Amino acid sequence: MIRVIPCLDVDRGRVVKGVNFVDIRDAGDPVELAARYDAEGADELVVLDITATHEERDTIVHLVERTAEEVFIPFTIGGGLRTEEDIRAVLAAGADKVSLNSAAVRDPDLVERAAMRFGDQCIVVAIDAKRRTDGTGWEVYLAGGRRETGIEAVAWAAEATRRGAGELLVTSMDRDGTQVGFDTDLLAAIADAVPVPVIASGGAGTLAHFAEAVTKGRADAVLAASVFHDGVYTIGEVKAAMARDGVPVRR
Amino acid sequence: MTHAGGAPVVALLDYEMSNLRSAAKALERLGARVHVAVRPADALGCDAVVLPGVGRFGAAMERLETLGFVGMLREAAGGGTPILGICLGLQLLMDGSEESPDVPGLGLVPGRVVRLRTERKVPHIGWSEVHWRDGVPLAPDGGGPADRTYYFVHSYACVPDDPDDILGTADHGGSFVAAAARGSVAGVQFHPEKSSASGLALLGRWLDGVRTRLAVPA
Repeated sequence: MIRVIPCLDVDRGRVVKGVNFVDIRDAGDPVELAARYDAEGADELVVLDITATHEERDTIVHLVERTAEEVFIPFTIGGGLRTEEDIRAVLAAGADKVSLNSAAVRDPDLVERAAMRFGDQCIVVAIDAKRRTDGTGWEVYLAGGRRETGIEAVAWAAEATRRGAGELLVTSMDRDGTQVGFDTDLLAAIADAVPVPVIASGGAGTLAHFAEAVTKGRADAVLAASVFHDGVYTIGEVKAAMARDGVPVRR
Repeated sequence: MTHAGGAPVVALLDYEMSNLRSAAKALERLGARVHVAVRPADALGCDAVVLPGVGRFGAAMERLETLGFVGMLREAAGGGTPILGICLGLQLLMDGSEESPDVPGLGLVPGRVVRLRTERKVPHIGWSEVHWRDGVPLAPDGGGPADRTYYFVHSYACVPDDPDDILGTADHGGSFVAAAARGSVAGVQFHPEKSSASGLALLGRWLDGVRTRLAVPA
């Protein structure tokens, strides 16, 4: 079955970006929102910590502990994890997986060490990619699309998996926030190059886009933030549309 | 051990190969009292044992052996104590695994653990429907497909020697064993503590079995 995954951006323990649910008491509380998505039928959650300073990392560990007490679906923590110790702390607090982005690019060996120590299944490597203008593939970006790396995304996806990534979270920087649809060329190129599941991210706008990420992009899971937070679609509506298009989902 | 208000006391084995928080919270929500056991003595007098597990078969058996849990689990099984293995915890109940061919398993359910035979992606990560055999323990009574669908994360699956030990199967480009049991020992390949309502319901049924056993005078 194809997983549908809402993503929460969290800063200093609070959800940022508008969350527009009528019956949420505190739209800023990630745990309340996570429990709501669980009840709505989300298959997994990704919590992205965008807290800038390392000193506030304790907040995220506490958030993970609270989430693990209230939410009975798998959740991945990403953002700012730099060391094995950072990873150990959030896994011990109750996260099921960690998502590594910049740290993995800067120190690919970290993927290998973390996979050996904690198991491949809990190491997700997040890849932010932008189409190269010269047509030679996709460029890996860091820092939310601000920093170019000179690394080609499909090659990096293959290397990250060789080093032990159990899953890839692939975000198209060209499409992120545009709501014009996932970059299915990018997704398919990566999905065909790696033996592990690919989570599609960036660009979801219409209900048809979610199935396209799977049928054209060959993704194993679809992730979105604003269409869910803004109440544009419920998880149930997305799943019903995917099922209509022949994509197997849990309902 | 006393059973205040009929709450079964469950020993949750902590051998540093799993995150225990979700399993503990799920069992507590269902009315169990959870004792996190870091050594066999911590589990003394408990009504039932949960053996979780994530990671590699060989490393997990080594930790269980070092901490003295291997002997404890075999004794508990011999005495008819309900034991539930989760994910790698199910695999550890078997005789051995392709993942670590030189390391013997607990041998509580005869059979082997093999790598998933599939053209599909491995690890198998995600939700799959379990096809329960009729009338087996742990199987849901009625309900729709969502009530039989659980969250899996694994690259290996067990193959019990005796087909009667298989409770249910699931599919990932080929059928694999999703749940198995022998005597008081049972295990599920999926993560009930991560499977939302259907998973909590499964743990609830297992706890009901523990309660039923307690209600029978020794």
